[in-house]
Amino acid sequence: MDERIETAAPIIEPGHTFGTVTDKISSIVLTRPTSNGWFIGFGIAFLLTMMMLFAMGYLFVRGIGIWGVTIPIGWGFAIVNFVWWIGIGHAGTLISAILLLLRQSWRNSINRFAEAMTLFAVAAAGIFPLIHVGRPWLAYWLFPYPNTMQVWPQFRSPLVWDVFAVSTYGTISLLFWFIGLIPDLATLRDRSEERWKKIIYGMLAMGWRGSARHWHRYETAYLLLAGLATPLVLSVHTVVSFDFAIGIVPGWHTTIFPPYFVAGAIYSGFAMVLMLAIPIRKFYGLEDFITERHLQNSAKVMLATGLIVAYGYAIEAFMGWYSGNRYDAFLLWNRLHGPYSFFYYMLLMCNIVIPQVLWIPKFRSSPVWLFLISGVVLVGMWLERFIIVVVSLHRDFLTSSWGMYYATRWDWMTYIGTIGMFLAAMFLFVRILPMISIFEMRTLLPEAEVKE
Amino acid sequence: MKRAGLYGVMAEFDSTTDLVAAANRTREAGYKRIDAYSPFPVEGLAEAIGFHHDEVPLVVLIGALIGGLSGYLMQYWISAVSYPINVGGKPYHSWPAFIVVTFEMTILFGGIFAVLGMLALNGLPMPYHPVFNVPRFAFATKDRFFLIVFSSDPKFNLLETRRFLESLRPKSISEVPD
Repeated sequence: MDERIETAAPIIEPGHTFGTVTDKISSIVLTRPTSNGWFIGFGIAFLLTMMMLFAMGYLFVRGIGIWGVTIPIGWGFAIVNFVWWIGIGHAGTLISAILLLLRQSWRNSINRFAEAMTLFAVAAAGIFPLIHVGRPWLAYWLFPYPNTMQVWPQFRSPLVWDVFAVSTYGTISLLFWFIGLIPDLATLRDRSEERWKKIIYGMLAMGWRGSARHWHRYETAYLLLAGLATPLVLSVHTVVSFDFAIGIVPGWHTTIFPPYFVAGAIYSGFAMVLMLAIPIRKFYGLEDFITERHLQNSAKVMLATGLIVAYGYAIEAFMGWYSGNRYDAFLLWNRLHGPYSFFYYMLLMCNIVIPQVLWIPKFRSSPVWLFLISGVVLVGMWLERFIIVVVSLHRDFLTSSWGMYYATRWDWMTYIGTIGMFLAAMFLFVRILPMISIFEMRTLLPEAEVKE
Repeated sequence: MKRAGLYGVMAEFDSTTDLVAAANRTREAGYKRIDAYSPFPVEGLAEAIGFHHDEVPLVVLIGALIGGLSGYLMQYWISAVSYPINVGGKPYHSWPAFIVVTFEMTILFGGIFAVLGMLALNGLPMPYHPVFNVPRFAFATKDRFFLIVFSSDPKFNLLETRRFLESLRPKSISEVPD
């Protein structure tokens, strides 16, 4: 017998049947009383959401002058947070689509809430460019529609590409999440005791009855959707990186940006998956389904993508020196010795140095350590976007146009508020929908196989 | 031999292996209008009930082509015909710059057609279906497997069909009212 198979932790603990898997996951939604911890957590997240709405309301009244954005730094927190959130979303699609195509069946127990995380992260990301345009009530001008002004968007601009990439990504993520939920909604419909729950879940399940013909078409559609979502997820952060790379600002105008942005997105996304999965499995007693194996695999993905990101930093620094371009060389000098150098060293510490402890199996298998390291990575990835946006813009070609960027309380309230909105949505999600895909967990059991 | 008020006869099994074997034997016995229900996709079950034509890939292909073509033609028409403006001396028909939106539109329409096409071909949403009249059928979304012979089958005869299904050793048998 292969020793490796024996020693690896299982992706589902032995002793489970179709019935126990169904009951365990559906009872969290249907019968488990809502705990005080849930109310406290949701309450805090809800208050933060209200703070975000307050900051946005004031923004709409006063205009973006209340933020720290000035010339030369016209992008500031809004774009930093946009890129950070959209990057976090990438792990959900990677887990649900790419790992499905690669037949990594361990994904079945984490894909559902990773997809939910994607949806909420894309929603949080989408807020920023919309409120950053200054006149958000005219944001629909971004889309091509016949209008009496007889003008159209400019399709040679990466900002217009971004509109299409992000809105396609949001739509496909929603479809992927919903199509995966249909059979589980049918399970909830049939397991509910109360009539109103039966009616709501029944309407959402749309009359799903598990017919063999339906399953066949369902699986085909699911697989094709995964095949479509795979190039999509790689394209989204590529297009986001074009927002920078097509420009001529030193620090933006590089060809390494697309792959390094995609790797960074997956890096931060897996960090967020771990930060959500570790408390969820603990509080809801799901250690049987989200096992040590899932945590270890996620840690390995983080380690690998973190090294790609490190390679990106190395190439950026190398090209600053090797290109012989004085502006590129100055950018490197400015990162290392300029007024924001503290953040650059923090970035190297958070994204490159500290995550190397994941080489040690002890850290990879300890939920507490993984949780802490994931938090460090999320901070590091936020700093990376801050360095890219702010440090590149604040000192470009002409010394006369140099400036400094200071975030205001409104910047911070909006940013922290979106974290609250994201968490509030996650709290609601774990309470009203099955957070683990029940039907895909059933297929992992040995009884699911047809014996000849 | 359709009997008024009867939709079919349904047999219940408790494992995938039994269900696939039973479906195969039912099809081989000459029944054409049959279906099987399971709480998760079972390999080989669709073939066992005689389902071969899955049109979903064709629908997705059509959707992706519509999306890609309309995406590209929209950009061409807008940038070169309806609203030609000179940006940095680039040609009006700058095809490399149009690839990104063309790609995104291909994916978007392919994905929407995949989901809506799958639902439409499956006849969903369907608020009422006779199989839900069987109380045991609630377990079809948990851990039970069901096989049904529809009363519209030319070979259907309540007594004979019921006797045949009993020979497959199911856990239970129910008549499904219409």
